[in-house]
Amino acid sequence: MSDTIVAISTALGVGAISLIRLSGPEAILIVNKVFSKDLTDVSSHTIHYGHIKKKEEIIDEVLVTVMRSPKTFTTEDVVEINCHGGIQVTEDVLKLLLQNGARLAEPGEFTKRAFLNGRIDLVEAESVMDLIESKTKQSRKLAISQLNGNLSRSIERLRQKLLDVISAIEVNIDYPEYEDIEEMTNEKVLPHLKNIQSDLETILKKSESGRVIKEGIKTVIVGRPNVGKSSLLNQLLEEDKAIVTDIEGTTRDVVEGTILVDGILLQVLDTAGIRETEDKIEQLGVQKSLKLIEEASFVLVVLNGSEALTKEDEELLHLAATKPSLVLINKNDLPIKIDTTMVDQYHPIYMNTKEEKYIDQIKSAIRELFQLDGIENDDFTYLSNARQIGLATEAQSLVNEAIVSIEKEVPIDLVESDVKRAWETLGEITGKTYQEELLDHLFSHFCVGK
Amino acid sequence: MQENYEVIVVGGGHAGCEASLASARMGAKTLLITGNIQNIADMPCNPSIGGPAKGIIVREIDALGGQMGKTSDRSFLQMKMLNTKKGRAVQALRAQADKVAYPEEMRRVIKSTKNLSLLEGMVEKLFTKDGKIQGIQLRDGSNIFSQTVILTTGTYLKAMVLVGSEKTSSGPHGEEPSNLSESLKELGFQLLRLKTGTPPRLERNSIDFSKTKEEPGDDKNYSFSFDQKLKYDPKNQLPCYLVYTNDLTHQIIKDHLNESSMYGGFVEGIGPRYCPSIEDKVVRFSDKPRHQLFLEPESKEYDDIYLQGFSTSMPHKVQEEMIHSIEGLEHAVIKKYAYAIEYDAIDPLQLKPSLETRTRFDCWN
Repeated sequence: MSDTIVAISTALGVGAISLIRLSGPEAILIVNKVFSKDLTDVSSHTIHYGHIKKKEEIIDEVLVTVMRSPKTFTTEDVVEINCHGGIQVTEDVLKLLLQNGARLAEPGEFTKRAFLNGRIDLVEAESVMDLIESKTKQSRKLAISQLNGNLSRSIERLRQKLLDVISAIEVNIDYPEYEDIEEMTNEKVLPHLKNIQSDLETILKKSESGRVIKEGIKTVIVGRPNVGKSSLLNQLLEEDKAIVTDIEGTTRDVVEGTILVDGILLQVLDTAGIRETEDKIEQLGVQKSLKLIEEASFVLVVLNGSEALTKEDEELLHLAATKPSLVLINKNDLPIKIDTTMVDQYHPIYMNTKEEKYIDQIKSAIRELFQLDGIENDDFTYLSNARQIGLATEAQSLVNEAIVSIEKEVPIDLVESDVKRAWETLGEITGKTYQEELLDHLFSHFCVGK
Repeated sequence: MQENYEVIVVGGGHAGCEASLASARMGAKTLLITGNIQNIADMPCNPSIGGPAKGIIVREIDALGGQMGKTSDRSFLQMKMLNTKKGRAVQALRAQADKVAYPEEMRRVIKSTKNLSLLEGMVEKLFTKDGKIQGIQLRDGSNIFSQTVILTTGTYLKAMVLVGSEKTSSGPHGEEPSNLSESLKELGFQLLRLKTGTPPRLERNSIDFSKTKEEPGDDKNYSFSFDQKLKYDPKNQLPCYLVYTNDLTHQIIKDHLNESSMYGGFVEGIGPRYCPSIEDKVVRFSDKPRHQLFLEPESKEYDDIYLQGFSTSMPHKVQEEMIHSIEGLEHAVIKKYAYAIEYDAIDPLQLKPSLETRTRFDCWN
């Protein structure tokens, strides 16, 4: 971190303003070489009007913000240049800075420096990206909560509990002759470990909600041709279509297949497939449905209530039962011919796509299935990605191991090694301990400029 | 003594002995320089060797062909295995070494090792040329050249002994301190100032052992070195004894706290976490009713008893009051008073993991 990095922080495209940011020991020096005003002694966190010049040629009229270490995003000197938002102008300013000693930042390098300089931990770093990518109110709330350190704090509390157990055991090992120190035995340690075990269970159970909020729920709608899947999809999207198409410039492709239920995204897979098979007589094929169901976290099975149950229907019901699912018996405006005794065990919703009230019923059932009601009022302390959940799960199995060892009367110093690893593993969530490659991988997922 | 060596070792304590023996045994022409040639391998503080952490070091030294374990095996007063109720990995061997026999044995080995020469002298300067170490300069102005210099100066660099508000320029045990720090600073080294302390030594006959708890050595035979299994009669071991501080001791300490070098603000160095003074213990754990102390024999040859756990820099008068408040030590005679000692050390961040200096010079510390 001895060099000064630069990147365009705003999305590249035509907009009114672009923001170029520099961070590093020579940030002010470099900008000074191309700016019309001398920034060497300006106070920190001030904005200056001037021009970016290449020798005598004016490249752009800009506002420059100077922020001095350590109270900056990266804790290094940071300079931000607000220039006009044309692609050419922005790139010209960038080029000029590169020619004057700045290096183009790697993806996520600013956030990486913020992490390495200790201003944020790993969870907070990840939440920066989550915030940038958040598409729903809930996911924004989750990202902000993590950025503010809520999750980090609850992890730290848990680590402290583990550390208390570890230190009590280790002091016995290091100072065996001091009878004044309480002798740590397996019996004394067990209730503490059980308490920690239940904390981890709670955190992990809630993490499902975290994932759901952040990544949405992968949904598939399965059913034979002509049972009404496409109309159902249209109905489900209907409410949001209006909101979306009102905003000029948004493309339908982005919205296609995205259902919002209480601020949670349902991503419907294979919407094209749904539309395709609608008018065809050909069988959908159980194989294709099986593949879709495998990928999904939520399955909507649609049956035609006005026809008898077919073998294919039964197979679909069977497959769907392996995942969280909802069975919909469509076309209840027609006489029911389906064998209700067969389907009622799946607690289906009888509906049709002509009346709006059924959509509400369906959304209600989804809310209940995924316990979305709880989320709105929560403190948003969730683990929210595979990395965090994976590490917490590993910590949990280590604590479980320790408890099993105690029950098998294994000596306490051996029990302690599992407890210590659990403590280290949780530390990897916030980045208290980390490996280089992990960092490289993690930050490379950031877009440049952040 | 020649003028040219391959390796010069500065300082003849534990580290200096191991370094010079290792170097000589590898075939390098080695010179060990020390301030007082009679005091090579002297043990100025705790007579114990080993324990939970240091025991691992002794075993590692032994595995690498070093001397400490072997010397200890030939000169111990007592052997004890700690943590026997726990797993094998944390079981630790600890010996009380004989402070006369241990150094004697070490000196015998050093004197009989080929390629190893001894010199009594104080090193004042290191000198270099083109960024490489050339050798050392003694206080008398003479130069000795060498390709490698190993500094094992212990607590001697610009050492200051502190008792209450009195500061004396001195190494441990009244030995001469070293002036090498100036030369190190000139070469660009960052120095830290550290502090440690030593407890008082009491006269054995003045202690009422009936009021103490005996802590004998173990029944089984142990040895540090893997070379040979020792055979000795466990009954010949000298025991240690357990005593405790009490409310009166703590009160005396609190009443005189600002007379201690540390708490009176006379010390600039930082003390090690694992070796707190008795004042530290009483201040940090003020609600503990008593602190454990061990009476450890120092040697079969003389009657000094080392009061482990009672390191302090209080003035002598206060030390007497403190000790006499302890059950069993009401009439104890202090043979040597406790003191704190401050000394320079090289900031370890300037060293590579091999302990070689990171600067351009080829100098190990």
